Amino acid sequence: MYLKLYFPSFQRYFREWGVSEMRNGESIALKDLPYLEFLRFKTVLQDAVRTGNRILGLWAVPSGKEYSMFGAILYPSTQSVEILHSTVEKTYPSLTLDLPCLHWFERDLSERFGMIPQEHPWLKPIRFYKGEVGKVEFFQVMGEEVHEVAVGPVHAGVIEPGHFRFQCYGEKVFHLEISLGYQHRGVERALTNGPNERSIHYAETLAGDTTIGHTTAYALLMEGLSGLLPSLHSEWIRAISLELERLANHIGDIGALSGDIGFLPTQSYCGRIRGDVLNLTALLCGNRFGRSLVRPGGVRYTIERERLDILRGKLREIENDTISAIELFFETPSVRARLEGTGIVPTDVARELGLVGVAARASGIPMDIRKDLPWGFFRIQSPSVGVHPSGDCYARAFLRWVEIQESFRFLHRITESFPEESSMKETFPSIDSGTRTYPFLLPDTLGIGITEGWRGEIFHVAATDREGKFAWYRVFDPSFHNWIGLAYAMRGGEISDFPLCNKSFNLSYCGHDL
Amino acid sequence: MSLLLALILSPLFLGIIVRTKAFFAGRKGQPLLQFYYDLVKLLRKGVVYSSSTTLVFRLSPWLALATVGTALFILPLPGYSGWISFPGDFFVLFSLLGVLRFSLVCSALDTGSSFEGMGASREMFISFLAEPALLLSFLVLAFGLEGYTLKEILSHPFSIGAGRTVALYFISVSLLIVLLAENSRIPFDDPNTHLELTMIHEVMVLDHSGPDLAGILYSSALKLWILGSLWVGISIPVRWGIFYIDVLVFLGSMGLLAVIIGIIESILARVRMIRVSHALSLATVLAGLALLWTIG
Repeated sequence: MYLKLYFPSFQRYFREWGVSEMRNGESIALKDLPYLEFLRFKTVLQDAVRTGNRILGLWAVPSGKEYSMFGAILYPSTQSVEILHSTVEKTYPSLTLDLPCLHWFERDLSERFGMIPQEHPWLKPIRFYKGEVGKVEFFQVMGEEVHEVAVGPVHAGVIEPGHFRFQCYGEKVFHLEISLGYQHRGVERALTNGPNERSIHYAETLAGDTTIGHTTAYALLMEGLSGLLPSLHSEWIRAISLELERLANHIGDIGALSGDIGFLPTQSYCGRIRGDVLNLTALLCGNRFGRSLVRPGGVRYTIERERLDILRGKLREIENDTISAIELFFETPSVRARLEGTGIVPTDVARELGLVGVAARASGIPMDIRKDLPWGFFRIQSPSVGVHPSGDCYARAFLRWVEIQESFRFLHRITESFPEESSMKETFPSIDSGTRTYPFLLPDTLGIGITEGWRGEIFHVAATDREGKFAWYRVFDPSFHNWIGLAYAMRGGEISDFPLCNKSFNLSYCGHDL
Repeated sequence: MSLLLALILSPLFLGIIVRTKAFFAGRKGQPLLQFYYDLVKLLRKGVVYSSSTTLVFRLSPWLALATVGTALFILPLPGYSGWISFPGDFFVLFSLLGVLRFSLVCSALDTGSSFEGMGASREMFISFLAEPALLLSFLVLAFGLEGYTLKEILSHPFSIGAGRTVALYFISVSLLIVLLAENSRIPFDDPNTHLELTMIHEVMVLDHSGPDLAGILYSSALKLWILGSLWVGISIPVRWGIFYIDVLVFLGSMGLLAVIIGIIESILARVRMIRVSHALSLATVLAGLALLWTIG
């Protein structure tokens, strides 16, 4: 009894001693990472989750016959990340049984390396089945009156490919299984042995609608590994562009939700307003999606007084349009009736499944990397975090509206004045002026970069080899955490609610497949 | 005359609805005559048949056109007699619309697709709830007016008696709900959606193509026209007794109805599938109230 009580704190002491707690965008030498026995590794993860912290990711790297396994824990109270390191054999006892949020991660491990988490409750690949996409042995419900509905991978709208298999009883859905992998491009593999001229472009296209979010995470990671220090001015521009990206996507999402329920006015207005916001990003850097804006060490484009005034003026106009379009949406009783109670993910389930971002906040979990693990400009100022407790489509829609308003407020506030106008020159990373477009990285070091994209937390983690090249690079898009949430939301729901639920999550296919 | 008007103008009716919706959405909208262009385009195309379909699938568009065409012979211009008119003719009219639905449902089931099967089951579910309201409304009118042909019912609905006009208002609302449900309009269905899983009527005709699809689209437009002119006959009882003026009034009323439908579609979101039954029960209850009012 005594031992049991004493042991965890003892362990904790040792880990702190090992200096493995990191801030966002810091790096740590691989040899300084404390090594934990697998059982301790597991206990630490369990303790962290039990005390209200979250697991950012679980991944492994083959080393010889064994596998180095890594886990990352986010401690919101201290605004720090802890990287755990252990070694496992090809067959190891599954973590999912005690930590359901790792379910998808372990399936990913088994798919990548053929590792076998023993007693994993639902072990099968998440993208490829026997090396092929889409040949999944679906979970099936048997019975005379049960029927199966297959949707995709080619859809009626212009969206990414993914296959959905419903087990239905009449209109009721017993189970939905989502089969992805059609968008696999091998980006993570392409990033290893980097950075090179191509790396930044891979980072920008990890998920096309989250260019700023992913590129900023990449830049953070690179800055941690190279010691580049971006100026406050460039951090300011990154913050502006990230919030513009959030605005554009959230407004577009509410418009799309409106279209799905046949409510035309908001649909067409939001579609137009989304374009207006994208044009503001174009005003900033010449590209509507923010490509070639963020670079390790800074940003490539700055904004002078005149354009800032234009941006501020347009932002006001856009805000007024948005308010009238979206308030109409939420004030219409038939809209609320349609959204409320559809696709519910209760708080405890959302926590257990490890949902992130908008989906988690709409289920009543206050998490936001801008608060929990601030980086760059968000260390100085950050928007407040909204939460909605009900976890249904209404919550996910309304939370987007709350975040839209908060982003507008935040943008108005931070564009009131230039921070440190004198630092304008440093905005352009020096590495960009020469032939080399990427910095030298510290050898044998692990770096992290975490941002809050509009969907949720984006986690980049990489380690360099002896020559300062990426030995491996892992990306966890919010979609990777949240697809299982969509499947859960459909349980016991009506099949005609699926498009609405799907849109309320609006997850990325390519961000998951990578 | 009524037959000709329906044949010529029913696609225009849809055009007006779409333009109204476009106006509320802040868009310019497609040309008023777009549905005519669509029909012509489809008629010039070839047909693709899935290998799992049988004769049922190939016959259904033509059966649909035939039933709806027959129904047009019964449909009168409000205040005048249809080509065929006899006591109880509205029963035949509604049964013909039932046959139309039957043929579409059969062809949907014939494809063996899970989507189309779902659509067929939803379509039957909705019409199963809409038909009682429709029949009850007309029975109330027939009893109240003591006329059993459509001509007599639609001639002077307000002669039902001063104390009973409230019944007409109930019936008018009830018929409007049925009209929206039967013709797969918002809030029951969304004719413009691309989401197969939420479709009702649209999903049933996914496998039809070319002239077959044209036949089905045209018969749907005619069905909307038929129910629309019944609603107009009861709700806008302006009769001059001069034929050409009555025709103009009727056409004006139909235009008004199209705008009303367009407005309803613009300000309402779709209801959840499970709540469709609530809205349709309302239609039946209203018809029932009208019955009580007429008897009492």
